[in-house]
Amino acid sequence: MGTVAVQGLCKSFGKVQALDGVTLDVPDGSFFVVLGPSGAGKTTTLRAIAGLEKLDAGSVHLDGRDATGDTPAARDLAMVFQNYALYPRHTVYENIASPLRARRCSSSEIAAAVEQMSNLLHIERLLQRRPAQLSGGEMQRVALARALVRRPRAFLMDEPLTNLDLKLRVEMRTELTRIHRSLGATFVYVTNDQIEALSMADQVAVLKEGTVQQVGTPTEVYERPANKWVAGFVGSPPISLLACRAEGDRLVGAEGWTLPRPRWTTAEDGRALLLGLRAEDLSVEQRGDASLSGELYGLEPLGDRTVVDVRVGTEILKVKARPTVTGTPGERLRVTVDLDRAHLFDAGTGLSLSEAGR
Amino acid sequence: MAVSVDEAVSTGPARDHTPPARRLGSRGRSVLEVALLTVLAVVMLFPVLWMIETSIKENRDVYAIPAKFFDFKVTLDHYKDVFVDPGGGRSALSVSFLNSVVVAGVSTVLATVLGVPAAWAYSRFAVKAKKDQLFFILSTRFMPPVVVVIPIFLMYRQVGLIDNKLGLILIYAAFNVPFTIWMMKGFVDEVPAEYEDAAMLDGYTRLQAFRRFTLPLLVPGIAATAVFALIFSWNEFVFATFLTSSDDVRTAPPAIAGLIGGTTTDWGLVAAASVVFALPVLVFAYLVRKHLIAGVTLGAVRR
Repeated sequence: MGTVAVQGLCKSFGKVQALDGVTLDVPDGSFFVVLGPSGAGKTTTLRAIAGLEKLDAGSVHLDGRDATGDTPAARDLAMVFQNYALYPRHTVYENIASPLRARRCSSSEIAAAVEQMSNLLHIERLLQRRPAQLSGGEMQRVALARALVRRPRAFLMDEPLTNLDLKLRVEMRTELTRIHRSLGATFVYVTNDQIEALSMADQVAVLKEGTVQQVGTPTEVYERPANKWVAGFVGSPPISLLACRAEGDRLVGAEGWTLPRPRWTTAEDGRALLLGLRAEDLSVEQRGDASLSGELYGLEPLGDRTVVDVRVGTEILKVKARPTVTGTPGERLRVTVDLDRAHLFDAGTGLSLSEAGR
Repeated sequence: MAVSVDEAVSTGPARDHTPPARRLGSRGRSVLEVALLTVLAVVMLFPVLWMIETSIKENRDVYAIPAKFFDFKVTLDHYKDVFVDPGGGRSALSVSFLNSVVVAGVSTVLATVLGVPAAWAYSRFAVKAKKDQLFFILSTRFMPPVVVVIPIFLMYRQVGLIDNKLGLILIYAAFNVPFTIWMMKGFVDEVPAEYEDAAMLDGYTRLQAFRRFTLPLLVPGIAATAVFALIFSWNEFVFATFLTSSDDVRTAPPAIAGLIGGTTTDWGLVAAASVVFALPVLVFAYLVRKHLIAGVTLGAVRR
């Protein structure tokens, strides 16, 4: 078993409300990612689960049992810290052994467990070194080994890959997913990197300013964002949002353009809306009737694709195009819109209006 | 980034940056610099040298006019007099030295034992009105001891702590605790709280986490702080003079001062006692100099 449930977490630091009613339900054995920008309260949420933060309100249930007042030790969790927090005076071996020593395991058990972990994470050579003699990637592996050396209820990971270089990060992403599958354990993983969230998670909770914006599978969060903020935060290049309103069977943009009104929207006429268009749902090639006219603003070649910035009135659309696309700024062009995949948000509340009719 | 305090302590050659020296020509310091530094050194060191010389001169050489700098007979009689009573047995001075050792040592240990956990608590926990509390603690050091010595004297008389080593120990510890808290808080702030967080998740209690993982990293800071506290207690004069009277209790500073005055002053004995009094602190500071430098420079670098 390894379920983690938090209910209505509130925590303020002075005048800053770090958590404002965070409720999450982490199923047993899932890879649960808490995603959000810095300052969203991700780390505070994790520390609240770990018992390192005194809460103003809310409860933490582990395996269905109320653990709100328990000490960190009593919660039986393991955590990987963003800066790894390896004990500087201890060797790698002693760092990994620490959770077992705290639980008074015999030294033969400890030796066996440390050896198994060092094999799993390929750090056999490092066991007698001290943290200061390790590279960032090696520290990260040691921190991971210290967490994985025993079988806690759940593993908490606080941006464990943030301090690694890009190549290593991609490697460790695959490796973490592999470890999660082989252990079948519950992972609660905090990150501000949406690619980590989308590629590794079973479930993603998107956090902003201490409140949960949306919980769902990576696909749900990407394909059906609950509000314009989630839509803007998840996805790269970011989604383009255009102000418009529905009038009869048309969508009329604030910049003067018109598009056929998508069948699925139930928004009443005249309501202020935001049309959300992802770069891959737009095209500079002629593909259908629904199109917007604008002028080329800039090209951003990314190797496998080129992002074309198109100016429509005063707003900029990000359009995904083939890497071979060319053009000169100022040139007029039409952008084809895949309206079936577009999103509509209430301009006032920011909430999605797309879901009802789909 | 996790950085151990060890690194701050290591005095490898890599840290010995040559300061951008201002040089006249290629021959080191200028004549003017050397001259000024020599004058300064003489002014600073002459009293010390004179004290040492006096302590090993025979009495008639001490009073010789003109003063003898080099051509005197060396004697260690004064040092003998410091420790041995002319009538046999231990001298009053040697008892006062022993008292100083006890009072300074115990009060330093007491201040450290109380101050280090307090500093840790102020550094790690959310304490109500933390800044006000810390300011209050510091404010007890604002006034000079001589201001409070009369009230303390009156209070001590009520509770029977006058002319009592315990009384001195308590007052020195009380003076050293605020200093210890402030200095140690800086050191604790430098040790990332994550070590304790990680230890608690490993399964240790908060106190175990502090003792096993934070405390070892604080040793250089504790050494530096304790030396400063020890020096304060060792040198303290005002309280010792007012609160003690008998030879059994008196510490060395008032005992040495008591040698001066009366009809004649045995300057040789005063000098020898002063040398003996100065030595322990010098030796101790020399032994922990590595930690002292780390203690003074730690926190100056933002990591």
